[in-house]
Amino acid sequence: MSVIYLLLTISIVVALVFFAAFIISVRSGQYDDSYTPSVRMLFEDEVVKNTTIEPNTKIKKSTQLNKKQKL
Amino acid sequence: MSKCYHCGDDCNITAIVFDDKNFCCNGCKTVYEIFQSNDLTYYYDLQSGAGTTPLAIEGKYDFLTSNTIAERLIEFDDGTVQIVNLFIPDIHCSSCIWVLENLKKLHPGITNSQVDFPKKTVRVTFKGELVSLKELVILLARIGYEPYISLEDYDKGKSKIDRSLLYKLGIAGFAFGNIMFLSFPEYFEVGGFWLDQYKGLFRWLMFAFSLPVVFYAGSDYLISAYKGLRSGLLNIDVPIALGILVLFTRSSFEIFFDLGSGFFDSLTGLIFFLLVGRFFQQKTYSFLSFERDYKSYFPIAVTRLGKKKKEETVQIYAIKSGDRLLIRNEELIPVDGILLTEKAHIDYSFVTGESEPVEKISGDKVFAGGRQCNGAIEIETLKSVSQSYLTQLWSNSVFQKDKSTAFQTLTDSIGKRFTIAVLTIAIIAASFWMFQDSSKVLNVFTAVLIIACPCAIALAAPFTLGNMLRIYGRKKFYLKDSSVIEQLALIDTAIFDKTGTITTTQSSSISYEGMELSVEEESLLKNTLRASNHPLSRSLYALLKEHNIETLDDYKEYTGKGVQGVKDKSDVKVGSADFVGHQQLSDYNSTSVHVSTNDSYKGCFVFHNNYREGVSEVFKEMGRHMDLAVISGDNTGEKTRLEKLLPKLTPLYFNQKPTDKLEFISELQANDKKVLMVGDGLNDAGALAQSNVGLAISENINVFSPACDGILDATKFKYLNNYILASKKAMKIIKLCFVLSLMYNVVGLYFAVTGQLEPVIAAILMPLSSISIVAFATLATNVIGKKLK
Repeated sequence: MSVIYLLLTISIVVALVFFAAFIISVRSGQYDDSYTPSVRMLFEDEVVKNTTIEPNTKIKKSTQLNKKQKL
Repeated sequence: MSKCYHCGDDCNITAIVFDDKNFCCNGCKTVYEIFQSNDLTYYYDLQSGAGTTPLAIEGKYDFLTSNTIAERLIEFDDGTVQIVNLFIPDIHCSSCIWVLENLKKLHPGITNSQVDFPKKTVRVTFKGELVSLKELVILLARIGYEPYISLEDYDKGKSKIDRSLLYKLGIAGFAFGNIMFLSFPEYFEVGGFWLDQYKGLFRWLMFAFSLPVVFYAGSDYLISAYKGLRSGLLNIDVPIALGILVLFTRSSFEIFFDLGSGFFDSLTGLIFFLLVGRFFQQKTYSFLSFERDYKSYFPIAVTRLGKKKKEETVQIYAIKSGDRLLIRNEELIPVDGILLTEKAHIDYSFVTGESEPVEKISGDKVFAGGRQCNGAIEIETLKSVSQSYLTQLWSNSVFQKDKSTAFQTLTDSIGKRFTIAVLTIAIIAASFWMFQDSSKVLNVFTAVLIIACPCAIALAAPFTLGNMLRIYGRKKFYLKDSSVIEQLALIDTAIFDKTGTITTTQSSSISYEGMELSVEEESLLKNTLRASNHPLSRSLYALLKEHNIETLDDYKEYTGKGVQGVKDKSDVKVGSADFVGHQQLSDYNSTSVHVSTNDSYKGCFVFHNNYREGVSEVFKEMGRHMDLAVISGDNTGEKTRLEKLLPKLTPLYFNQKPTDKLEFISELQANDKKVLMVGDGLNDAGALAQSNVGLAISENINVFSPACDGILDATKFKYLNNYILASKKAMKIIKLCFVLSLMYNVVGLYFAVTGQLEPVIAAILMPLSSISIVAFATLATNVIGKKLK
């Protein structure tokens, strides 16, 4: 039944990996600002510059949802 | 009326149409042009009318070309790439984030920019060869995001963010989870072959996991208890530290001698819950600062006029008395001095809260902290920065004291009685077992200390007050930390500043005294005022009825006196009493503008402060349960109006200097009063720091307010009493939580005293009591919050 040693090792190693991930993310400052990234991800991706079409008329419809969103 | 496409303000008749869009001014139009030509119009799609009108900035940032100043502001510099973190008060919506993070489109020298919305800062990485710091700041100002650079930025070193609580929470949570998982098999004592085989390994693993929890994550409690004991105080951390130490030694002992599995699950759970409470309590409004002194108002550098009128930028601390300074429009006067230019309009709203600019003429003394608002002026300094009238206030020892450490919280005062009670029970129980069964003595003694560990008590205050802090925050009442709520509940005296606190800076009302003006006269008056730029003329102009715009035959402005307009042989003079030929009564203290037509005196317009909505109600309600007083730096001009407005016998004090206000508060405190100071300007800073709770009233939360314990949005002033009452209710909730948690303790103590405390019981009781307390505190405070306006 020595498999229990293996299982135990694996479980603790997995836990340690997540723990390390947490420490690294705190250290890199990911928890310093927990608000701005939530807004940033809602921005439209950049429309690749197109010389003929006005980009703002294109985007307008798709961003109707965000438009009213007051912060 | 059309709205400005850029800033969303109403466009007046003078709307500027550009690209089929309306703009209220050229500034807004320029920003739009910049955005449009750089492919940034998505800014307007995110949120309409989001922009801010850029202000004139000519010459304002010249000091940034000085290397010594720029070096202090730049965070990182490797010769080619620089990083700077700028505070921009105007950041307010998603459009702001988007455009500021796309700065690289506006200038090739900018490589990257990142916004921290809660702190309202933007961190810009740029190449020094392509764009200087000054150019970067001007670029930001031109698009309506002017960074706020103050003396404070110059003085502070590189600040380090303290993330230790997050690490501790992570470690405690990690160890708690793993220990729970390892101790689970033993809870049921099924006693199988396999379990016995691996029991030792499981236990030693738990021991290993608990080490960092006790000695790192829980270290704050041990240290605090040690400090408390050394200064002869039994704070709440003493029984907690006692519980932690007893839990750890007994558990280790059990494992070393193979007596049992120990209480490692309860131990780590306890520390984890306590840290969660601490984390929850730590709500901070990072965009607000409660520690401001004059440094956050003052500029870093000013322009000094050297020999032959040569302009040079000089750091504020380098100003000596006798220097000649050039103060540009909208700049702050950094030191006391004598005005050399013919006249100046100085806005002392930073200092006194009074928004009406004061007129000064050549030779008058001007004080530090005033903002020049009518063109550039020259002054000759009398003192250095730290010796000026206003800044001297900060040399008072009250600014060095930390208020919160001196205050004993309710939890800490319970801690003392609690510790004594628990130790007594433990000793009695142990001595009882001494005679019954001496083998159980140590077991019972430690069990009592373990089960009585006041985890739930220690959690009651953080969760109640932490949640209250959030509720207040949603109501635009921002407090520095949770201990302010406790202090607020104890207040029995409230002192109010007048100007800017109970009066509003937004508008003043004007009343007319004297002979009535005919329609023609009023029309002439209005047309005369139209041409004048004096702030009083502007306010009066806005008040008078609409009249046709007529061209005057003659118009003259007499500096420091008034204006004169002539039309169809009738003339009107508006201005000071002397100017219109009227003997002013000497006891007249209010600001007034006199009018005469065709050299006959007509009357005067008196400017009154407008009191905030609900001032009488607030005073009436608060007067029921505390003493009130008004203390003002102004003259007695408003006395009769105030007396009418406020409840009878409310003491009113006038002509009080900033230090008088401070001493007034400390005298009250010497008589055992718990004083709430409500103020707004820098001249209240001393009183705010001295009082038990200092609240600053702010018309605009993003604009600076002096150091204080809380900032209240001006629109919520009328609910001030409700907020104070709510704080009292919050304290009642904490007391109820104490009762609840004592009931759990009684149940636990039954098991402990009778010597039947199993690890599994502790492991159930500890989280159960903690979670139910947390749930109760959160629910009850939310009920209070619902009723709050």
